[in-house]
Amino acid sequence: MKITGTRSVLAAAGIVTGFAAFILALAGNPGNMGFCIACFLRDIAGSLSLHGSETVQYMRPEIIGIILGSFVISLLTGEFSPRSGSSPLLRFLIGMCVSIGALVFLGCPLRMVLRLSAGDANAIAGLAGFILGIAAGCFVLNQGFSLGPARETNRLEGSGISFVAVLFLLLLVLAPSLLKFSTSGPGSMRAPVILSLAMGLVVGAFAQRSRLCFAGGVRDLFLLRDSTLITGFIAVFVSSLVFNIASGSFHFGFENQPIAHTDQLFNLLGMFIVGFGSVLLGGCPLRQLVLAGQGSSDSAVTVLGLIIGGAVAHNFNLASSTAGATAGGKAASVIIIVFLAFISFTVIAAKRRNEK
Amino acid sequence: MTIDTSGYSCPEPVIMTKKALRDKPDSLSVIVDNVASRENVTRFARATGYSVSETKDGGKWILLLTR
Repeated sequence: MKITGTRSVLAAAGIVTGFAAFILALAGNPGNMGFCIACFLRDIAGSLSLHGSETVQYMRPEIIGIILGSFVISLLTGEFSPRSGSSPLLRFLIGMCVSIGALVFLGCPLRMVLRLSAGDANAIAGLAGFILGIAAGCFVLNQGFSLGPARETNRLEGSGISFVAVLFLLLLVLAPSLLKFSTSGPGSMRAPVILSLAMGLVVGAFAQRSRLCFAGGVRDLFLLRDSTLITGFIAVFVSSLVFNIASGSFHFGFENQPIAHTDQLFNLLGMFIVGFGSVLLGGCPLRQLVLAGQGSSDSAVTVLGLIIGGAVAHNFNLASSTAGATAGGKAASVIIIVFLAFISFTVIAAKRRNEK
Repeated sequence: MTIDTSGYSCPEPVIMTKKALRDKPDSLSVIVDNVASRENVTRFARATGYSVSETKDGGKWILLLTR
């Protein structure tokens, strides 16, 4: 493997992310959940009273930090680029689907890697589904799938989500009585605000510089035979594995893993949705936060879709629990896969008609 | 030949480049309008045996791929 500049930045970003996740779990975040973009956006939905599951409500500062870390570093480097107009509604809907898939599995791609590195064997089924979903996404990309080009827009539109992130931070610090906070369950498990925010900022900045993306790593391997981007994926896994083994937190097995279930078919299908949807969107949930921070309002709309998807998953009892996938979650998984296939082929068919 | 990938975000500019390089042209100009695509198209072109020279044009880059 050739070590290029890009690759070493990705490796650094991966190591920093693995370290930040380890510290956050140690400082109070749920087990194997130093970071989970889908879960944390769902917690934010709960904190804003968008869903009523009392165990998963918290204004997670990690999310605020990632958006603002990307925003600030992209302003400093001149990469901040306000863009919009690439099928925002479809992105919103696919974002919702990705969120529901992630909550059927119980984790976004980043948490899947963290779970793997802590010995949670259920995440192997998730990884298999994720890879299959990415393969499906690559297939439709090769057939010509595209959500269309974005156009330049004004700086206010491009920085809107970052202002929302600042507003969320102000609410958390100055007006917490307006928000909901879990007193039990995963939402009640949290690292100190300042530490969560700092780790979010650092990971957001590194992820922006390196283009770290968990779906993109596997996608580039399939689509372009390019292993550059997957360096970040591997670096998170290896660094997190080292920290877990060194601290005695590595426990291999299927049973009694923190915030996980053993319903392997739906671990697989949940992450299939996340892989497929992430390729259609051009990046995993972490990458969407970063792109939103650097000015893409299409990604900002996707983030809103992830939040609303989290709310829907809990309001309609689609999210899994440690007891396993729910009947609603199982039905939703199948319907979502059909829906994503429908979107893909409709877009491809329309494009081919236009080319004739 | 020139392809304009303006507005598209990765991986689409790379896929467009890949398709344009399928017939192995001696040269190809690729217009990109963001840093990530500029890096990715450059990396892909070099990996497939092209050399890349770039010129900046406002907020865009014109990547000249030659064999």
